[in-house]
Amino acid sequence: MIRLSNVRKGFNLGRPNEFIAVGGVDLTLEGNRITVLKGPSGSGKTTLLSLIGCMARPTSGRISLLRSLLGHNGFLKDGDMPEVEVTSLPERFLTEIRRRTFGFIFQQFNLIKGITVLENILLPTYPLGKKHRVVRKRAEELLDMFALGDRTAARVEWLSGGEAQRVAIARALMNDPPIIIADEPTAHLDSKLSGEFMDIIARLKGQGKTIIIASHDPLVFAAPFVDRVIAVRDGMIGGEGA
Amino acid sequence: MASWIEKQRSILDYTLSSLMRRKGKNISLFIVYTVVVFILASAMFFTQAMKREASLILKDAPEMVVQRLLMGRYDPIPLDYLQKIRGIRGVISADARLWGYYYDPVVGANYTVMVPRNQSLSPGRIIIGNGIARDRMINRGDIFSFRAHDGQSRSFTIDGELPAASELVSADLILIAEADFRDLFGFPASHATDIAVSVINPKELLTIARKISEQLPDTRPIIRDEMVRTYDSVFDWRGGMVIVLIMMALLAFVIFAWEKASGLSAEERREIGILKAIGWETSDVIAAKTYEGSAVSFFSFTFGILLAYGHVFFSAAFLFAPALKGWSVLYPDFRITPFIDPYQVAVLFFLTVVPYTVATIVPSWRAAIVDPDSVMRS
Repeated sequence: MIRLSNVRKGFNLGRPNEFIAVGGVDLTLEGNRITVLKGPSGSGKTTLLSLIGCMARPTSGRISLLRSLLGHNGFLKDGDMPEVEVTSLPERFLTEIRRRTFGFIFQQFNLIKGITVLENILLPTYPLGKKHRVVRKRAEELLDMFALGDRTAARVEWLSGGEAQRVAIARALMNDPPIIIADEPTAHLDSKLSGEFMDIIARLKGQGKTIIIASHDPLVFAAPFVDRVIAVRDGMIGGEGA
Repeated sequence: MASWIEKQRSILDYTLSSLMRRKGKNISLFIVYTVVVFILASAMFFTQAMKREASLILKDAPEMVVQRLLMGRYDPIPLDYLQKIRGIRGVISADARLWGYYYDPVVGANYTVMVPRNQSLSPGRIIIGNGIARDRMINRGDIFSFRAHDGQSRSFTIDGELPAASELVSADLILIAEADFRDLFGFPASHATDIAVSVINPKELLTIARKISEQLPDTRPIIRDEMVRTYDSVFDWRGGMVIVLIMMALLAFVIFAWEKASGLSAEERREIGILKAIGWETSDVIAAKTYEGSAVSFFSFTFGILLAYGHVFFSAAFLFAPALKGWSVLYPDFRITPFIDPYQVAVLFFLTVVPYTVATIVPSWRAAIVDPDSVMRS
């Protein structure tokens, strides 16, 4: 479970170009659900995702995560409460949370060009210092799962849009995070590939993952297995559906 | 510990693939860096080696040399001055020295012709320096002809070559018997080139020099320490030219490092953002960039040092020699004896590798401390 309490995020505060991207959001997201943040461009969806995924800190307000979602993070103590407030944690701990708790699928895929599919997928495991043999086996399993087994040694710039996105999903799953965050995942895909993506998302839900997607694509928010759709407009929660 | 090693190995793997990805940029960095190190190291090796050669020359020099002056110019010294010098309290020995220069029109070089003090040579036989042997392509047993003072030719048999401990000392040297020396140059039997003086107590050198000047007013005593200072100033002056060279190379290096420090490409910044977003810590990013900078630095530094070594010691510093050496006495074909001062190499290392590595890390650190959500907006 993820809880946001009166979360605000502003940019360029105190300057003439001050901009409030998220203004006072209260929200609770349940585990093992697919939640879609729906809204037009500039509505604050991506900022909200960044805040939930510990990639940025809110200007004010609090974000708490269920302790069981944080895995075996080094900073947790036995006596901690069932929920951990993450907004005030030092950067080092936020990095650890990003690494273990969240898997990110970016709009532009954000794969690193010039290196192979396998190397891209292994990147999130490097800071963990796990044995190469072990992480490579895991990477190969994921590549097989996403029908990319024959593309292991290919450079990412040689991939089609669908392949690149599957690589991005495999990378997001490398550290087996409980929460997957996807920002406009179908923006660069045609209808067929978007459908395939949503099938993968459904499979991940079946494996017990919590999925949060920001999208204004009807193929995403109208998919039958989406549990919750939250409308976002002008940095505020507008309404809900399912 | 095993986990830490595995982590560093993985980051190193990533660094190497990063270097390969930006081949063009890294090769150009490598070339610029190598050239800068090459210039700096060449200058350093060259001046160090020259100073060492000079110190070798002076190591066996007499404590004091007495020359005669006539109208303020050098003149051969009468041998009867020997007794007067030997009579001064504190003098152990005073020996006449016979030496001079001979111009060889065949190779266009000046040789130093000398009668050895501690070695007796048979008349008609000479020992030559290895520079002469190389240039004239002559060896032991060959005949060497001189044009004597009277215009007639004098021929000598080569008895051997001098060891090449220091080419500056021995390259242009010819050792000859006293009778042959006097005959070749028409040098009177009653005179010598100068007188080498040894004293009991080196602290009394100045006093003895003053006494010689008083008793023999037409002479000029030259103390070894003065010669050392002269050589030092000569090489420091030459070193001064090198300093200009070094300053220019360092300036080029600073501009090069500054360019590197002033920013990363948009692609590199994006990459750092991605790594941060997927769970790399700032310290992991800095480690990767440090490895990258160190790899470029290390290989450029090593290659630059090797090139400089070859340039100075195997190709006689052909790029610098015209400006820094070019002195006819150093003919023929002077080669510097290989010598490296580890302290100087360490200084060069800290002047180049350390600032470059820091210059690589700073912009990466600045990019790595930014919130990774910027990558969400790219």
